[in-house]
Amino acid sequence: MADTTTTERAIDRSHMQVSDEVAIQITAMNKWYGTFHVLRDINMTVNRGERIVICGPSGSGKSTLIRCINRLEEHQAGRIVVDGTELTSDLKNIDKVRSEVGMVFQHFNLFPHLTILENCTLAPIWVRKTPKKEANETAMHYLEKVKIPEQANKYPGQLSGGQQQRVAIARSLCMKPRIMLFDEPTSALDPEMIKEVLDTMIELAEEGMTMLCVTHEMGFAQAVANRVIFMDQGQIVEQNEPKEFFNNPQSDRTKLFLSQILGH
Amino acid sequence: MAMITDVPKDSFRLSMLIYDTRYRSLTIQVLVFFLVMAGAAWLVDNAYRNLGALGKDFNFSFLNNRAGYDIPQRLVEYTNDSTHGRALLIGLLNTLLVAVLGCAAATVLGTFVGVLRLSKNWLVGRLMTVFVEVMRNVPLLLWILLIYTVLIEAMPAPNAYKPGPDGVAAWQMQFFHSVAITNRYTAIPDPLFSRSLGDIDIVIFKIGIDFLLIVAVLVGSFFANRALLANAGKVQEATGDRPVTWWKSLLIWFGPIAAVLIALGFHVEYPTLQGFNFTGGLNVSNSFVALWLALTLYTSAYIAEAVRAGILAISKGQSEAAFALGLRPGRTMNLVVLPQAMRVIVPPLISQYLNLTKNSSLAIAVGYLDLRGTLGGITLNQTGRELECVLLMMLIYLAISLTISGVMNIYNSTVKLKER
Amino acid sequence: MSGMHADSAAFVRDSMLPQKAPPVTEAGAVKWVRENLFSGWFNTTLTILGILAIYWIFSHAWPWFRHGVWVAETIQDCRRIVTERWGEGATGACWAVLRERWTQFVFGFYPNDLYWRPVLAFALLFVAIAPVLFNGLPRKMLWFTLAFPFIAVFLLWGGSVWSILSIIAVFGVAWLAYSVLTPVNGALGIAGAVVLALAYWVFLSGAVADQLQSIIPLGLEPVRSDKFGGFVLSIVIGVACITLSLPFGIVLALGRQSDMFLVKYLSVCFIEFIRGVPLITLLFTASLLLNYFLPPGTNFDIILRVIIMVTLFASAYIAEVIRGGLAALPRGQYEAANALGLDYGLAQRFIILPQALKISIPGIVSSFIGLFKDTTLVVFVGLLDPLKGITDAVRASTDWKGIYWEPYIFVGFLFFLMCFGMSRYSMYLERKLKTDHR
Repeated sequence: MADTTTTERAIDRSHMQVSDEVAIQITAMNKWYGTFHVLRDINMTVNRGERIVICGPSGSGKSTLIRCINRLEEHQAGRIVVDGTELTSDLKNIDKVRSEVGMVFQHFNLFPHLTILENCTLAPIWVRKTPKKEANETAMHYLEKVKIPEQANKYPGQLSGGQQQRVAIARSLCMKPRIMLFDEPTSALDPEMIKEVLDTMIELAEEGMTMLCVTHEMGFAQAVANRVIFMDQGQIVEQNEPKEFFNNPQSDRTKLFLSQILGH
Repeated sequence: MAMITDVPKDSFRLSMLIYDTRYRSLTIQVLVFFLVMAGAAWLVDNAYRNLGALGKDFNFSFLNNRAGYDIPQRLVEYTNDSTHGRALLIGLLNTLLVAVLGCAAATVLGTFVGVLRLSKNWLVGRLMTVFVEVMRNVPLLLWILLIYTVLIEAMPAPNAYKPGPDGVAAWQMQFFHSVAITNRYTAIPDPLFSRSLGDIDIVIFKIGIDFLLIVAVLVGSFFANRALLANAGKVQEATGDRPVTWWKSLLIWFGPIAAVLIALGFHVEYPTLQGFNFTGGLNVSNSFVALWLALTLYTSAYIAEAVRAGILAISKGQSEAAFALGLRPGRTMNLVVLPQAMRVIVPPLISQYLNLTKNSSLAIAVGYLDLRGTLGGITLNQTGRELECVLLMMLIYLAISLTISGVMNIYNSTVKLKER
Repeated sequence: MSGMHADSAAFVRDSMLPQKAPPVTEAGAVKWVRENLFSGWFNTTLTILGILAIYWIFSHAWPWFRHGVWVAETIQDCRRIVTERWGEGATGACWAVLRERWTQFVFGFYPNDLYWRPVLAFALLFVAIAPVLFNGLPRKMLWFTLAFPFIAVFLLWGGSVWSILSIIAVFGVAWLAYSVLTPVNGALGIAGAVVLALAYWVFLSGAVADQLQSIIPLGLEPVRSDKFGGFVLSIVIGVACITLSLPFGIVLALGRQSDMFLVKYLSVCFIEFIRGVPLITLLFTASLLLNYFLPPGTNFDIILRVIIMVTLFASAYIAEVIRGGLAALPRGQYEAANALGLDYGLAQRFIILPQALKISIPGIVSSFIGLFKDTTLVVFVGLLDPLKGITDAVRASTDWKGIYWEPYIFVGFLFFLMCFGMSRYSMYLERKLKTDHR
């Protein structure tokens, strides 16, 4: 149904097992910007190995939600527990969570004054205290994985948008995270570059990475997600398995949103 | 073949000079060249005839004549028996002194104000905004004159610091009894060396060996510290753990210099009132204090804006990405934000240094004898050589400016971000 | 139900949650004060220091302001009144000096009964720049803008109306020559216009004006340049220089962007030379050297000489601003203009310059602010600027000897109002331009 850019090849689901172990547990979480209630009573459990796609109209709070998970945003009520660590104002906990959770941004946010390789080794060297040689090797490994090892000594400004976003993914992976957050990773890209980024993300899913992904790429959701969450007005409106979600949406808001985004 | 080479070769016509793109730019350039040369010739011819009519010639030999006037503030030896050339040198050094001290103070104050203006503290942010706007929107000359007038009108004569019959002085010395601001000068503590090594003559003037030694030690410390950091970097590359360096850095910076200062018998002599005047300390003229303070305040407002703009230019996404990778705020500042912000801050910062140096010529308002005061002031009036003095003065200022902007260009080309 | 959906795969919300107010500690004034003033010990220290600084300034300045005396003849009078009213040792401002002498700060030594002339010129200035600033006004007003410089000169300096008209006639001659000769040959048209206009100006205009004046004497009482002073002088120099420096700046900027080696490097040298020397040295050139470089016996007005040098100074800075605007234009604009078959002149006039100038407006305004502040430096070539020239003149009289805060505050306040106003205007323009581009 959706014009899918991603399902040209068979997806290997052998590693995509969902375990019973809880990776992220969010309970009764609320957030306000001033007096504006952005996130309302969010309850959500993510198991290890789950791939969750979050969608919704702009301003629905989906980006804010995943930014709360590594505390780029503070929540004001409720609990967020990531990998057994509760996010509070305690800096130690925040450090621990951030080094376990990787994040990919809409606008890549590569460091323009560092080479691709330096972008990838900065955090392993300064946070993980990895020797430089080892960090370089890890970085090259992941750069090969995202298929741009030959660009390692260039600067971000010399790369295309799709290449930059793949570097951003590799940069996160170099920290060997257990959970990956994607904040609209393809919205700032030209159409012909979306596919290369999505392919990288699919590969990651195939290896069993726990992923939370804010995206409007419904093809990607159908291909790899095992749950789709629809948000509107700061709350979770509907969630379901992709097949059910797309073929048999229950809420009127979901139906409206899907009809707009799929253009039917 | 013949078809191609046989393009009709039109004969040269005069109108082609204007309408043919091949000749047009040449025509214009030749025209411009002749106009400029004619203009220059006209000016030189006029100057020649005017000088002739006044019975003057154009030469710089007056620089070897006796100057015959005193310069109160001099960094190297000078008497009124010295030449005009020497007076020029004293003036130039005075210009450079106020410029260097002004740049240093303005950078510190400006960075401070710029950072505070960005702080989350609403009150302090507003206060700094008011400071910046008030400084920038009022002429520099007003600040110079105001500070100078306050110093000479509102400050007491030196003997006001003398205890009266009741044992209490009308005025107390400022800054923990180390500085006395009077209506004639500001007395500050004088750094002295009891085991001084004397002076060394370097062709045009003498310079203290103590001073050279201190500079040498500081330069040495700088390189030693760099070696220390480079070594720490190497260890980090090899093992992943960065050795703790801050106390070693402190030791490298402060150890040798402290040893040298002690060896030279460094001590500070505080100004004390002897009769009607302060002695013992350094008496800095009010004109210098007013000029320096005004230049510092005025320029610091511009530097604050440059610093603020530089930090704001780094998008929030950069620090967020660093946070998401697990970097602490301090590291994020050092490794991600500052290296990028410096590229934005340094060019306007250097052009503010340039402005400050040029603005120091406002010394004329308070009678501080800088380059303009000596060469473009007293020397010009005494010798009557307006043409030579003003031209020479312009050339010197131009040389200073070009040096500063040359440094800026080198910096810009080394830090330029690589884009495709 | 809301507890349940977390674990079950499928969940549908049947009623949307309403907006809720944030917890008390997270909202309103309490939160604002805590976040903006007292978050952490460092922030709290800053706040306390800030409050202390404000208190210190106010505790010193406020009594002085409150005790201010508005009616007094001399500074001794002022001090006596303050002591009488507020007791021994009280300090108070002596605003009476402004009441007595404000006309000097504004008009310098311009004759009292002629104050209406600079005031009228100032008012007409706004009429003249209105069509430039606001697109909504009729285009015909631009003719007034063109005529304004002549009207202003006539109003300010006075003299025979014929000499002004005779100068306007120079442009008339140029236009006539251009329109007659251009059909014959374009280059001849331009050359003819320049040569004939110059010839008319040098050889005829003075004689014509004198002749007409002797037949029909018409004019205003002349005012010599040394009578000018105060803000009138600052504004005259500021407005004249910025207006004149704009065209020069554009030419220099285009020259610097040019492909022609000679033109480019001449422009670069000129710009770098002017920007490398302090304005004071250029003013000295105006007062001391200009006579050396002009034909023997030439001697013209000091204000005009200052305007020439300050214009050269400002045009170098304007050129750099406009160069920035030209560089900010996308390459495609040049290519599109070329592709439409426009030649260099037409492309610059209709495509490139309008856009580049629009981008440069904020920079031009801040150059103007700098220039306006720099007009105070004319005091060093003997003109009476409001800051030092007039203040020194006031302080030199026995009545007001020893007064300093009040005149400096007054002049500084006026400068602040004008410069701050202009900088806000340029920020407003910048914001407007940003939205225009989206």
